[in-house]
Amino acid sequence: MLASQIGYYALIFGLVSSVLILPLAIKNFNNNKILDNKIITASFLQFLFVIISFFGLVFSFINSDFSNETVFNNSHTTKPLFYKISGTWGNHEGSLLLWLLVLTFFIFLFLIKSTKEPKKYRILTLIFQQVIIIGFFLFLLKTSSPFNYLFPVPKEGMGLNPILQDPALAIHPPILYLGYVGCSIIFSSSLAAVTHNYISKKWAKHIKFWIIISWIFLTVGIMLGSIWAYYELGWGGFWFWDPVENVSLMPWLCLTALLHSILVLEKKLFLTSWIVILSIATFTLSMSGTFLVRSGILNSVHTFANDPERGVFILFFLFILIFISLVIFFTFHKINEKEIFKIHWISKETSILINNWFMMYFLSVILIGTLYPIFLEVLSNEKISVGPPFYHKLIIPFLIPFLIFMSIGPNLNWIKSKIEKINIQFIALFLMSFLISFLILKKFGSSNLIQTILFAGTFYLFFITIKDFFKKKPINYSQKISHFAFSLLILSILLNNLFSSEITTNIKVGERFQFKRGYILFESIKSIENKNYNSIIGHFRIEDNKKIIELKPELRIYNQPAIVTSEADIKTTLYEDKFLVMNLVKGNEYFNIRYQAKPFMIWIWISGLLLALGGIFSLFQRTYEK
Amino acid sequence: MKNKLLLVFSFLFFTFCFIVLFKGLNNPNIYKPNLITNKTFEKFNSKELFSGIEISSEEIFIDSKFYILNIWASWCVPCRDEHKELMQLSKNLSVKMIGLNYKDNFNNAKKFIQEFGNPYSIIITDKNGFISIELGAYGVPETYIMNKDKIIVKKIIGPLNQKLLEEINLIIK
Repeated sequence: MLASQIGYYALIFGLVSSVLILPLAIKNFNNNKILDNKIITASFLQFLFVIISFFGLVFSFINSDFSNETVFNNSHTTKPLFYKISGTWGNHEGSLLLWLLVLTFFIFLFLIKSTKEPKKYRILTLIFQQVIIIGFFLFLLKTSSPFNYLFPVPKEGMGLNPILQDPALAIHPPILYLGYVGCSIIFSSSLAAVTHNYISKKWAKHIKFWIIISWIFLTVGIMLGSIWAYYELGWGGFWFWDPVENVSLMPWLCLTALLHSILVLEKKLFLTSWIVILSIATFTLSMSGTFLVRSGILNSVHTFANDPERGVFILFFLFILIFISLVIFFTFHKINEKEIFKIHWISKETSILINNWFMMYFLSVILIGTLYPIFLEVLSNEKISVGPPFYHKLIIPFLIPFLIFMSIGPNLNWIKSKIEKINIQFIALFLMSFLISFLILKKFGSSNLIQTILFAGTFYLFFITIKDFFKKKPINYSQKISHFAFSLLILSILLNNLFSSEITTNIKVGERFQFKRGYILFESIKSIENKNYNSIIGHFRIEDNKKIIELKPELRIYNQPAIVTSEADIKTTLYEDKFLVMNLVKGNEYFNIRYQAKPFMIWIWISGLLLALGGIFSLFQRTYEK
Repeated sequence: MKNKLLLVFSFLFFTFCFIVLFKGLNNPNIYKPNLITNKTFEKFNSKELFSGIEISSEEIFIDSKFYILNIWASWCVPCRDEHKELMQLSKNLSVKMIGLNYKDNFNNAKKFIQEFGNPYSIIITDKNGFISIELGAYGVPETYIMNKDKIIVKKIIGPLNQKLLEEINLIIK
């Protein structure tokens, strides 16, 4: 009761302080030489109020205060404490409050971290960021207040959807939001830099920190999401090209392009318009993601709320931001005379440009695949759904040249490289990769040309990055690690797709199912009562390629809300994952089981982590090359 | 000049996107099954909520020009919203109001009725949800209007409101 009331009023005070920052900032813009300390205090206050509000909600969840509508809809007294807390952001209202928390935290961090930058630029960034913050305050208070009061007070809550009760999912949203909100700083900062005519090498160095931070969090956040899908959804896959997954991948692609082109700007004044456009696009794409997910315009496994009022608000807000940035970009941005460089066709700049083209291509494919169904339905009333084959057909073939450029590009010099640099070693390595892929695929009876070349390209990148680790010159570890991780990622996905096998059958207790490589024996079944669910655990003995393993998949019958989920049992080794999931066949003593052997599964997660690790490295390494 | 043209062009493009997405919001892409009307339903047995006495559908659907079957539960928030509409409907004597209490706890259900009033002439229970599934329901609340031949003439998914109430009144007039 008290906690949610405090939370509600803290939210209103937070809004008041963020509105107050605007006149302070405008006054300070022309007056003083240095940034007024009042502004920093005010932005700290704004952050503090949101913290109080957020903890108000957390406490309501911990105390199971069902007079709060959000708690009532998403919690239950029998839930473990950990999921009571993570339930705070497992719903629309709470997750928006988390957004706001990160937004206010990041602008405060930006202000205290950017003391070396020009005052006017800092104030402009603050003003743009405040526009976003105020927008979110209004959105939260007007359409999705987490502190709605319920009377009479219900005795019991509705419970958190069991598929959301998972450790990976408990931290997935906060991490992803750190990434999204980091993009908002990039957005505001680039608009400020354009207005103040501050797009420069110095700006590039300063904003690179934010780009890398956001990129790391986005990468880890997306990966946690797919880990969740793999362990919890029980379909044995980790990426489904679901619209909601796509909207998180789009800003990532855009940000990756930005991450590469900012390296060019760090060296010389080149690509400035492009970098500003990318900065704007990254955040706009994150916002469109929020719009598409939260408005219910798309149908997906993530459908949270279908309140049209919310959709209208985000849509207006999103397009106001787009129009503001368009006006600012076209009125203030001046192309510097000095900027017109000639770049040599074999140089690092060219290869970074090529990287950007590919990123934009992948981005457009996903953007079209996600939005086209909506456009088509509105314009012609026709319903279509775009599935994995569309993305696979359009993306996979283009990975081949992408991988090859990714191998060669980093080894070129800035400004100009000589052709001799691309020497015999490169060609020898490529031939070797091709041979290896050919042999691997041949052994497993597949001789698809595109597949062979794709494998070859991946191996090529793999070998080249390994070779580069042993160079005598100073090594750019962050780039090498990330590129190596990417080759490992693609390699594990390819091998995983190619060599996965699946067996589905109906089986009852005591029965034995024979298949090519061994058998599945359903030994026994056990029932256990837990705090907030009852579970039925099946004991299976499986012999696969003469190795015997025991797997215990589980069916959970949750009490609040009454939902049955099936928990897969997964035995992970470095070489292979064995995945078993069972389901009840209605009105029958038979269970439907699905057994999958999935090679190199763990390497997908390892390479995802390595990818992010590369980013972390670049935060610590200062200069690595001329 | 070139810049201005680009600006105008991008404005037009984004305005177009805005309009399409705005329109798209009005037909949210939520899958709705075809509403089955003009059909009767299978016979079923249930228990009366307060007494716990077994009762069959044939005993319930008897002696009225229209029947309104409302699926509700004490844990369902929209059910609270539509309760005053149900109370209004219950004043019409040409209809028999039947409440189907869906997957609910007896004490909570009783409290709910005591608090908000009882619009139903009979409340039957659907502890495991089978009756609702047979009826083709896919959520709570849901309201069925049946004529004297027990044929479903209208089915409403989600809570009732004043507009829907007028539609119902037109049917049962």
